[in-house]
Amino acid sequence: MIEANPQSAIRDPQTGGVVLELRDVVKTFPGVRALDKARFELRRGEVHALVGENGAGKSTLMNIVAGVFQPDEGAMLLDGRAVRFANPHQAARHGIGVVFQELSLVPNLTVAENIFANRQPVSTADLIDWRRLYADTEQLLQLFELDVRPTALLKNLSVAQQQVVEILKALSLRPAVVILDEPTSSLTAIETRLLFENIRRLKQGGTAFIYISHHLQEIFQIADRVTVMRDGQYVDTCDVSAVTEDVLVRKMVGRELQNVYGRRESPVGEVCFRAENAGRGEDFAGVSFALREGEILGLAGLVGAGRTELGRAIFGVEPLDRGALYLRGERVRVRSPREAIRHRIGYQTEDRKLQGLFLRMTIRDNCAAPSLPRFAGQAGLIDEAALSAFADASRGKFNIVCTGIRQQAATLSGGNQQKVLLAMWVGIEPHVLIVDEPTRGVDVGARSEIYRLLRELAATGVGIIMISSDLQEILGLSDRILVMRNGRLVAEFVNEQATEEKIIAAATGVVL
Amino acid sequence: MNEPERKNEGRAQPDGMCWAWRLTQFREFMIVVVILVAAAAMSCASKDFRTPGNVLAMLLGLSVESIVAIGMTILLVSGGFDLSVGSTVAFTGAVTAMCLVAGAPVPVAVAAGLALGVLIGLINGVIIAKIGINPFITTLGMMSVVRGALLVVTGGKNISGLPESFTVIGQWHIPLFVYQGQMIGIQYPILIAAVLVVIGDLLLRKSRFFRQNYYLGGNEKAAILSGIAVDRLKIFNYALTGFLAALAGVVMTARFGSASVTSGTGLELRVISAVIIGGASLQGGEGTVLGSFLGSLLMAIIVGSLTLLGVNVYWTQLVIGATLLIAVLIDTLGKRRQRLV
Repeated sequence: MIEANPQSAIRDPQTGGVVLELRDVVKTFPGVRALDKARFELRRGEVHALVGENGAGKSTLMNIVAGVFQPDEGAMLLDGRAVRFANPHQAARHGIGVVFQELSLVPNLTVAENIFANRQPVSTADLIDWRRLYADTEQLLQLFELDVRPTALLKNLSVAQQQVVEILKALSLRPAVVILDEPTSSLTAIETRLLFENIRRLKQGGTAFIYISHHLQEIFQIADRVTVMRDGQYVDTCDVSAVTEDVLVRKMVGRELQNVYGRRESPVGEVCFRAENAGRGEDFAGVSFALREGEILGLAGLVGAGRTELGRAIFGVEPLDRGALYLRGERVRVRSPREAIRHRIGYQTEDRKLQGLFLRMTIRDNCAAPSLPRFAGQAGLIDEAALSAFADASRGKFNIVCTGIRQQAATLSGGNQQKVLLAMWVGIEPHVLIVDEPTRGVDVGARSEIYRLLRELAATGVGIIMISSDLQEILGLSDRILVMRNGRLVAEFVNEQATEEKIIAAATGVVL
Repeated sequence: MNEPERKNEGRAQPDGMCWAWRLTQFREFMIVVVILVAAAAMSCASKDFRTPGNVLAMLLGLSVESIVAIGMTILLVSGGFDLSVGSTVAFTGAVTAMCLVAGAPVPVAVAAGLALGVLIGLINGVIIAKIGINPFITTLGMMSVVRGALLVVTGGKNISGLPESFTVIGQWHIPLFVYQGQMIGIQYPILIAAVLVVIGDLLLRKSRFFRQNYYLGGNEKAAILSGIAVDRLKIFNYALTGFLAALAGVVMTARFGSASVTSGTGLELRVISAVIIGGASLQGGEGTVLGSFLGSLLMAIIVGSLTLLGVNVYWTQLVIGATLLIAVLIDTLGKRRQRLV
C-alpha cells in the first residue's frame, strides 16, 4: 500500500513541520528572468496550491524542485537540509514525486510495466516477477477504482485513464512530496473526486502535495494553503479558507477581471446546422439536434460519453455511418475533414499538441494550415504577402503574445497556443465551428480572452458547438446545453434552467 | 496584461531583424559559406581545381544525384524517405537500354523507363500510405526487390551498344567558350538537373500543393484535421520520387552509353546524407530542394578535392561520413540551445 516514505519524511522538530522550503530562488534563461527571488514553503501533510498565470514561473519553480533545472541563486531545503538536484533521478531518490502534465508513459507497454517502469519486482537472476508486478499494480489500481487490468496495454486506455496511471506511477514511489501539475485536465468529475479522496487519505499519512491548477474551484476543494506567483516573483501565501476566488484572481493578474464569460449581445438567428439520428459504430447513436446561427451550444458529458467522437464525425475525421447532416437546410455528406472544411465546418481538437498544432512550425504557417487554398493564387503558388497579412491580423485579433508571426508554435505558452489553434479555424470563415475543450490547460487571463473571442465569433453568425468538461464554462457560455451519456443525447437545457447538479445528474445517470 | 508571458517568449527570431542577420539564419547560407571556403582553399591548393573543365566535370558527376535528391527532399520534408532510389535508377536505366537494344524508338524506350519508375514509386506509396507499413521497411524491401528484378531481367550482364540518338541526351553539350584551345560547354545532364532543381525548389517553397508536405511532416494528425488529403499526398510523393529516380537512370545510362547492373549502389544513402546536410531532418517538416542541392555540391567538392589532392580514395568515405555527422551535430546543438530557454 502507499504511505509516505518514512525515510525521507522524517519529521525534524527544528523545521516546524516544513518538508520543503525554497528561499529566494533565482533562475534566468538567456534573456529571461524566469524566477526572481521566488519563495515557497511546504508543510508535512498539507496540500499546497501554486497558482499564477502562464509565465508566472510556477513550472520553472517546480522543475527546480523536480531536478529538471538547477537554480542560479537561492536555496532549497528538504527537511531542513540544503539540497541541490542535478537531475530528476536524484530528486526522485530524495522522495520527490512528479506528475507532469505531459504523460511520460509508453503506449506499447502494459499498465503494470508503465507504473513500475525500470523498477519491476525481480526474482532471482534478475527476471521480472510478473505475478508480483501484476499483484502490486492491481492494488494500486483498486485504490483509484480504475477499471483496467494490469496487463492492459496503455495505448488501449482513454486519456483520462492514462492520466490516472501517470499519477499512480508517481505515487508508487511512496514520495514524501508529490508535485501534481494540472492533474485533472483530462479527468471527469467522478475521477477527480476519486483523486481528491486519495490525496486526502495520503496527506493523513504525512505526504505533502504541491498542486498546480488553473481551476480555482479545485483549489478551494482540495488545498490547505495557496501561494500566488506573478512574473517570476512571490506574491503571497494564504490559507485557502481565508481567501475567495476573486481575491486570488486579483493577486494573480494584478488587476480586476470582469465577468469572464461575458454576455450575449446579439440575437440568435435561423437554424444553420442540423444532425438527424446521427450515429457511428458503437461510439454514439440516434443523435439529433439543431444549431442556430450565432448560438453557442454546450455539449456536456463525461469523458468517453461520445462527445469528441460526435464532433470528429461531424467534421468527417471518422465519418458518420448512420443518419444525416443538414447545413442551412441542405443535406451534406462529410466524409473527410477536407470536405468539412469545404462546407465551412471547423473542428478545434481537444489535443492541441498532438493533433492540433504544427509545433515546430511558425505561428504564421499554423494559422494558414486549414485555409491554404485561400492563399494560393494563379498556378497554385502561395501569396506570401497575403498569408503574412492574415497571420498578422490573427495575431492582433486574438491577442497572441509573441515576438512575431515567425515564432515557433512550440515556444508559445499554452494559452497562446490555444489562441493560435482557434485562429486557424476562424481562418476558414466557418459557418459551424466545433470547439473541443477550448480552454484546457489555459490560464485565467487567456481563458477570458478565448471566451470573448467565442462570443465575438458567435455575434458574427457562426454556430458554435462547444464540447467541454468544465461545467462552469458550459454554464457560463452556452445558450443551450446538451448532455451526452454512453453515446446518446440524454438531456437538453436552456441555459437559464441549467444547474451544475442537473448536468451532472444527466451525465452520470445518478442523482447526486 | 499578458506582459509576463512575453518575457518567457523572447526566443524565436523576431520579425524586424535586419536582412543580413536573417540571411545567416538560413541553412542554405551556411552551406554556401562552407562551399566558398572549401572552394577557395582548394583553388589555392590545386590549380587544376579552378579550371572550367574540372568544375563542369564535378557538376556532371553531381547531376544524377541532384535529380534524385529533389524527390528525396520532398519525401523527407513530408516525414518519409526512400531507400529504393538507387536500385530504381539502375533498373529503369537498364530497362530503357534493353528497349533500345530491342529496337524501340528513343521516346518509347525513355517513356518505358520513366513509367517503370513511377510504378515502383506508386507501389511504395500505396504500401506506406494505405497499408501503413513504415517507409523504412517498405523501401528497404523494395530496394532489394528492384535490384533483384534488375539482375533477373538482365541476367547480370551490362547492356551496351546503345544508339547515338539516345546517348546524345547524356553526352552532348551546349558549347560556351574556348579555354586553352578546348571547347568548353555545359552537358545536357547538368542542364536538366539545374532546371529541375530550380523548378523543384520553387514548387516546394511556393506552391500550395507541395507546401502541404511541411504540414504533413510537421504533424500528420494535425495535417489530417487541417483537411490535407494525407494518403494521396504520400502516394504522389513516392511516385514523384520514383519518376525522378527513373529520369536520373535514363540520363545516367545515356551519359555512359551503357547500363550497368551495379550502378546506383549506395546512391540512396549518399542522397539522404546530402539532403540532411542541406537542412532536412528525418523527423520531417524541414528542408529545401536548394539546400539539398548545396548539400550534394558540398559533398562533391569534398570528394573531388580529395581526389585532386591525391588523397587515398579510402579516406573519401570517412570524410563524407564525418561531414554528415558534423552538419547534424551543429544543427542539433543549435536547436537545443534555442529549446532550453
